[in-house]
Amino acid sequence: MADELIERSGAEIAAGVSSGRVSAVEVAESTLARVRDVDGLFGSYLAVLDDQALAQAANVDERVRRGEKLPLAGVPIAVKDNMCLDGTRTTAGSKILEHWVAPYTATAVARMIAAGAVPIGKTNCDEFAMGSSCENSALGVTRNPYDPSRVPGGSSGGSAAAVAAYEAAIGLGSDTGGSIREPGAFCNLIGFKPTYGRVSRYGLIAFSSSLDQIGPLTRTVEDAALAYDALAGYDPMDATSIDRAVETTADALRTDLRGVRIGIVKEFDTATLGDMDALYRQAYRDLERLGAQLVEVSLPTADYGVATYYLIAPAECSSNLARFDGVRYGLRVEGDDVRQMYDRTRAAGFGPEVKRRILIGTYALSSGYYDAYYVRAQKARTLIAQDFERAFAACDLIACPATSCPAFEFNAKSDPYSMYLMDYYTIPMSLAGLPALSVPCGWIAPAGGSVPMPIGLQLAGPLFSERLLLGAAHAYEQATRHAQARKPASGVRA
Amino acid sequence: MSADSIDIRYVAKLARIALTDEEVDRFGKQLGDLLGHVNALAELDVANVAATAQVVESRNVTRDDTPRPCLDRERVLAEAPQRQGAFFRVPRILAE
Repeated sequence: MADELIERSGAEIAAGVSSGRVSAVEVAESTLARVRDVDGLFGSYLAVLDDQALAQAANVDERVRRGEKLPLAGVPIAVKDNMCLDGTRTTAGSKILEHWVAPYTATAVARMIAAGAVPIGKTNCDEFAMGSSCENSALGVTRNPYDPSRVPGGSSGGSAAAVAAYEAAIGLGSDTGGSIREPGAFCNLIGFKPTYGRVSRYGLIAFSSSLDQIGPLTRTVEDAALAYDALAGYDPMDATSIDRAVETTADALRTDLRGVRIGIVKEFDTATLGDMDALYRQAYRDLERLGAQLVEVSLPTADYGVATYYLIAPAECSSNLARFDGVRYGLRVEGDDVRQMYDRTRAAGFGPEVKRRILIGTYALSSGYYDAYYVRAQKARTLIAQDFERAFAACDLIACPATSCPAFEFNAKSDPYSMYLMDYYTIPMSLAGLPALSVPCGWIAPAGGSVPMPIGLQLAGPLFSERLLLGAAHAYEQATRHAQARKPASGVRA
Repeated sequence: MSADSIDIRYVAKLARIALTDEEVDRFGKQLGDLLGHVNALAELDVANVAATAQVVESRNVTRDDTPRPCLDRERVLAEAPQRQGAFFRVPRILAE
C-alpha cells in the first residue's frame, strides 16, 4: 500500500487527498519513510523537513476539510536548494551558504504551498546551479536512481533524483542553460522550463538573471501542467516577471497531434549521436503517426549557442555573486583588512567551477574586452533568437534531442568544456527565452554500462506556447509510454 | 587569444578571489581553452545586429514610495557573520 502511494502521480495524490480517500499526512509519512529507506544511497536531499512536512500536510488536510479546492492537495514536492523556504537552510550547494537560514519563502515555493503541495526537503544541486551533473555541489553526492554509478544530471539533479526515486511526486528545479531539461532526460522524467519571466524568480538565488527560470520535474506531463498552472503568474517582487494573463495548461492535454507542424532542425543531425540516432528517428516518426506534420527548419546560429552562453551566463554570475562578501550573511574568513576578508572569504567559500565562471565573467566584462566578448555574445544571442523566429514561421513546435548522451559515470567530464557541451541542445532555447521540455523517448545501453539508461526528446515552442507544448508532450507520452518501461534501482545498498 | 594573454592574477583581483599558485596555473589554462572556443563568435557577422540583454518584453518597474513591511531586522542580523548592535561589523576601513 505504502509503495503504491509513493508511486502515484501528483494528480492522483491530489485527487485522493481532495476526495478524502487518503490524507495528506499519510502521503507525507509514506514519502518520508521512502526517503529514509533510499536517500542514503541516492543522496537527493541536502535537508529533509520531517516536522515541517507533517505540519504542512496536516494543514492541507484541514484546508480540504474546510472545503478548499487545492489542485496540488497533499502532493509531496522536492525543492532545489537554491530556492528560499522561510526558516530552512538554503545553501545553493555552496560552502559560502552552508549555514544560511532563509528569512523568507521564494514566490514559486509559496505558490506551490498555496496550491496544497507539501515540501519534503531541499535537494542537492551543482553549486549555484553551475553544472550538468551535480558533481559541483560542495555539500553532497547525488546518484542516478536508474544506475547509482552514474550522475543524475544537473544542476537540478537532486530534485530529479528525488522524483525518479519516488522521494517526491514533483520536483522544483531551475534552468539557466538546461538545468531542468538535462537531469529530466537523465532520470526518465519530464523536465520543463517555462517561458522566461513566466515564473517569478523572487527567492531564487540568482545565477544568470536574464536566463534563470524555475520549472517542474515530474514523472508525467499532466503533473508538469499542474505544477506550471500553480507556478506561473506575475509577481511584483520580480521586476522581470511578466504581467500578462496566464493560460492554464492542465486542461490542454492532447491525445493527438493533428494540425500541429513540428520542425526538425536541419543542423541537429542525430546521425552523430551513435545508438541514440535510431531512437530520435523513431520519436520523430511517432510524432508524425500522431498526426503531426514534420517540416525541416534551420537554426544556423544555434551551433554558436554554447560559446554565447559561456560569455553571457558567467558575466551575469560574476555580477550576481559579488554579493557574497562575508559582510551580511554566509561564510566570513577574517583578514587584516576588509579587502583581505573579501579575498579570503570568496576563496574559501566558492568551489572551482564557481571561481572559473566568476573569472570568465569578470574577464569578459573588464575594460578592453567588454565589446569583444560580452557585447558580441549579446549580439549572437539576438541572431539565435531570430533563427527561432524564422523557424516558428514554418512550424508550431520544434523537436530535437535533449542531450547528446545518456547519464554518464562520475568523474567522466574532467575537462570543464566537455561538461559545458552537455547543454548543446538546450542552451539555444534558453538564450531565446523559449519554453522547452524534455520527455522520455527511449532507453539505451550506455558505453561501458550494462543498465539501460533513459534519454529525452526535447520539444520547444515560441514564447508563451505552454498550452500547445505541454499538450503535445502529453500526446507523445501517452502514445509511447517510454517512462513506464523500467523502474529505478531498489535504493538499497548492495 | 591564448592562455598567456590573460592576466589571471589581475582578473582574480577584480573578482576579489584569492587564488593559490596552483589555481592561477589551472584556471589560466582553462580560461585560455574556453576563450579559444568562444572566439568562434568572431565568425558571426554582427555589424548590424542589436545586442539582446533580455528576450522578453521588459521595462523598469517602480512602486509608490510608501513604507511597507519588510524583513524583520533581528532575523536578518541573526545571519550576519559578525554584528554590533543593529549593524554589520566589518574590519576597519578608514584609518584613525
